[in-house]
Amino acid sequence: MSAADIKRKEKLIQRIFLVVAFSSLFSLFLIALFIFVEGLPMIWKVGLKDFLLSTRWSPTKGHFGIFAMIVSSFWVTIGALLFGGPLGLMCSIFLVEFSSARMRAVIKPALELLAGIPSVVYGFLGVVYLVPLVRDYLGGPGLSLLTSCIILGIMILPTVISISVDSLVAVPDSYREAAFSLGATRWQTTHMVTLHAAKSGIITALVLGMGRAVGETMAVIMIAGNALKIPLSPLDPIRTLTSNIALEMGYASGLHRQALFATGIVLFFFVMALNMIATLFARRKVLK
Amino acid sequence: MTPRRAEHVAIGLMVSGAFLALAILFFIIAVIMIKGLPHITARFLLDNPMDMGRAGGIFSTIVSTVYLLVVSLVIAIPLGVGTAIYLTEYTEEGKITKIVRFGTECLAGVPSIILGLFGFILFVIKLGFGWSVLSGGISLAIMILPVIIRTSEEAIKSVPQAFRDVNEVLGGSKWQGVTRLVLPNAAPGILTGVILSVGRGIGETAVVIFTLGTSLRTPFSIFDSGRSMAVHFYILAREGISMDNAYATAAVLVFSILIINIFSYYLMHKFVEARR
Repeated sequence: MSAADIKRKEKLIQRIFLVVAFSSLFSLFLIALFIFVEGLPMIWKVGLKDFLLSTRWSPTKGHFGIFAMIVSSFWVTIGALLFGGPLGLMCSIFLVEFSSARMRAVIKPALELLAGIPSVVYGFLGVVYLVPLVRDYLGGPGLSLLTSCIILGIMILPTVISISVDSLVAVPDSYREAAFSLGATRWQTTHMVTLHAAKSGIITALVLGMGRAVGETMAVIMIAGNALKIPLSPLDPIRTLTSNIALEMGYASGLHRQALFATGIVLFFFVMALNMIATLFARRKVLK
Repeated sequence: MTPRRAEHVAIGLMVSGAFLALAILFFIIAVIMIKGLPHITARFLLDNPMDMGRAGGIFSTIVSTVYLLVVSLVIAIPLGVGTAIYLTEYTEEGKITKIVRFGTECLAGVPSIILGLFGFILFVIKLGFGWSVLSGGISLAIMILPVIIRTSEEAIKSVPQAFRDVNEVLGGSKWQGVTRLVLPNAAPGILTGVILSVGRGIGETAVVIFTLGTSLRTPFSIFDSGRSMAVHFYILAREGISMDNAYATAAVLVFSILIINIFSYYLMHKFVEARR
């Protein structure tokens, strides 16, 4: 092969890789395209206001209001953050600031295992163990907003932990040493110096955790009760955007099916907004 | 509170947080294993489900799961590793890498139910593949693509620059460098990512239920429908068909995921050690 041939071949290979590199972006584009093309005509027909702000969802009678589900998804995401956020942060701080390298080598991969447990298993164990507990001690049907928040809080732990551990590890040791040499205790150093320096990374971790919570489906279907109402107390059953799609997709057709895709559009906006926020904070990781 | 006191309280809090998280993990694994393992026999693994899963085993669901994973890996590995090679070897950091990385991050954040909707409308309906291993495989491939891209990129980046320099000095082309030096050396790291994504794929339900379907027959052709273990477990548990079989299926699932994770962790450990 002559030198020119080799050069041409290299150019071709580079082009092929360039095309391959766009596969994930292309998939993302296709996903957005098909969800929108299927869902938008329905929103057009029903009207954005009646779709987003009405609480009447009865597909057989032609009512497609998802307001109750938007509210439910919102609360369940906040609730998951309330349970999973502090717990995840405690784990991360323990791992990075208060444990030996050897302990970390065992505990961190163990906690990462939580991400491997299938969401249906979380949902199932939630039904079998947590739902009766909530029902007997707190009242209500047990299948509720609160139960969902606890289970989702556990499910977002791996996301919160892995990203906040990374951002805590990224804080240079010289920061800690400077604080120690000024006579600060380990905890003073952690909450006055390290957490400050790692702030943007920790926010990224929490926001991505929220993204996981709002998108979770199978576990929520099993434990949330799926009632079509705006929850007034944490013990009320709820139906989230995701569970609405999954519950009715099996038999929906026509306008009803389009309405489920339109629900998907709303979910897509939620998740993309959270991702954007996370990316924004992740960019500011560079320490001042 | 004196600083000393605060220190003790803080340590107590952090330790109990970590302990609680670990306790939850052990609880999940212990419950599934204790309730599931006694029902797992050779016949359970090798018999097909009978009477909707009330009796018989889970053989056809194991076949469906493996078939589905193989198809999705065949699609996702070339695309994922190719993307990683492009990002690390064939371009400088700039606009294109930024866009590709952003796209990958966003794709990783897409909820699985959205992927399920997408796979259903495009592959099952529009392209006419029906509920099939092919529809499920492509949809699952899109789900694991970001994992494979990320881990492969890390693995390729960790190959020492000296390897590439030597290749260039000896007059090797970039392609020769990539295929003969970079990829073989990054292989264990890439494999770790592949194994991790197998772990994610095994447990996935929302994507699979709408694209692979729920047929209990053993799929032969790529256009046959099937039912993965995770979907089978979901249906058994939710419709209350058989608690014993549900626990046993969950135990098989969780056990394989444990093995997969431990193996990939071991591999990664070796890989990192070798790089030191």
